[in-house]
Amino acid sequence: MFTENQLKAIDSVIHTNLMEAGIDHVIFMDMAGNTIAKHDNGKNRLDSIAFAALAAGNFAAVDAMAKLVGESEFSLLFHKGEKSSIHFSKASDDTLLITMFNKDISLGLVRLKAGEAIEQINEILSNE
Amino acid sequence: MALINIKNREVQIKIVYYGPGRGGKTTNLEYINKTYRKQIKTEMVSLKTQDDRTLFFDFLPFDVGQIKGFDVTIQLYTVPGQVKYNATRKLVLRGVDGVVFVADVQKEQRKKNIESLNQLYENLKTYNLDLFKIPFVMQYNKIDLKNSDIPIIPSKIMQKDLNSLIKAPAFEASALKGGNVILTLKKIISMTLASIQDQIF
Repeated sequence: MFTENQLKAIDSVIHTNLMEAGIDHVIFMDMAGNTIAKHDNGKNRLDSIAFAALAAGNFAAVDAMAKLVGESEFSLLFHKGEKSSIHFSKASDDTLLITMFNKDISLGLVRLKAGEAIEQINEILSNE
Repeated sequence: MALINIKNREVQIKIVYYGPGRGGKTTNLEYINKTYRKQIKTEMVSLKTQDDRTLFFDFLPFDVGQIKGFDVTIQLYTVPGQVKYNATRKLVLRGVDGVVFVADVQKEQRKKNIESLNQLYENLKTYNLDLFKIPFVMQYNKIDLKNSDIPIIPSKIMQKDLNSLIKAPAFEASALKGGNVILTLKKIISMTLASIQDQIF
């Protein structure tokens, strides 16, 4: 179970690294499809509960495909849309960080920011 | 495992409806969706094939209100029942807190029920979960066929086939007509909540 301080620190990391960079939605979740933290910019509505369930399924399916082709994992997934795109990164064996962003932001920036956020989140979770 | 968020005072619980293909798992969720429409904030998500069979899972979240200051959300999932989809069934079971086994009472499904239950035992083992310890409810579905020409297995035999060792609470049900669907749901929710109460309450 996450402590209240850990959850607050995770919120702060997501806010500073990702929301302030102009990302629309961020969901930090477990592999079972449960949302641990979610943030949005208030502009677009997202059914985050259903989204997290589908994202967990999607990631799990791709992970199983990786094993079939002899990879230990595909730790990064990216879906590009016309207006918005989704970036999935595996934060740990049990957690995923998902970011949704619009066409004004480059994938490179998202990857950089998501990588930094994951590093900080894992640091928070390793400190009990 | 249930996700307990101390900061937002939320609990998310995952319950999976498992069983052989065409047994009525999706129909259970559809009935629940129809009955509790007002408490369900989102649309039911169904990932299905063109011929309406479950491909990956169905997903239905709903709130059961507050328990000791925590907002409890139950997330219901089904697995695809077709034999070839065991890899996907295993994925859906990840993090499960409670299982409903939807068995089909049609005589010709007897073997498939047993095979599916055995596979559930094996699949849970891959997550270090024990079918004999996890909150578990047995449902003998399609009992409404009693009044048709289709031969069905009496519940006594179903119990012997599937539940003689597990001894889980079992209900005769008709997912299509809604008989005992809600009772099954209430039972698995109360058992699952009881199993995690040490962690939260």
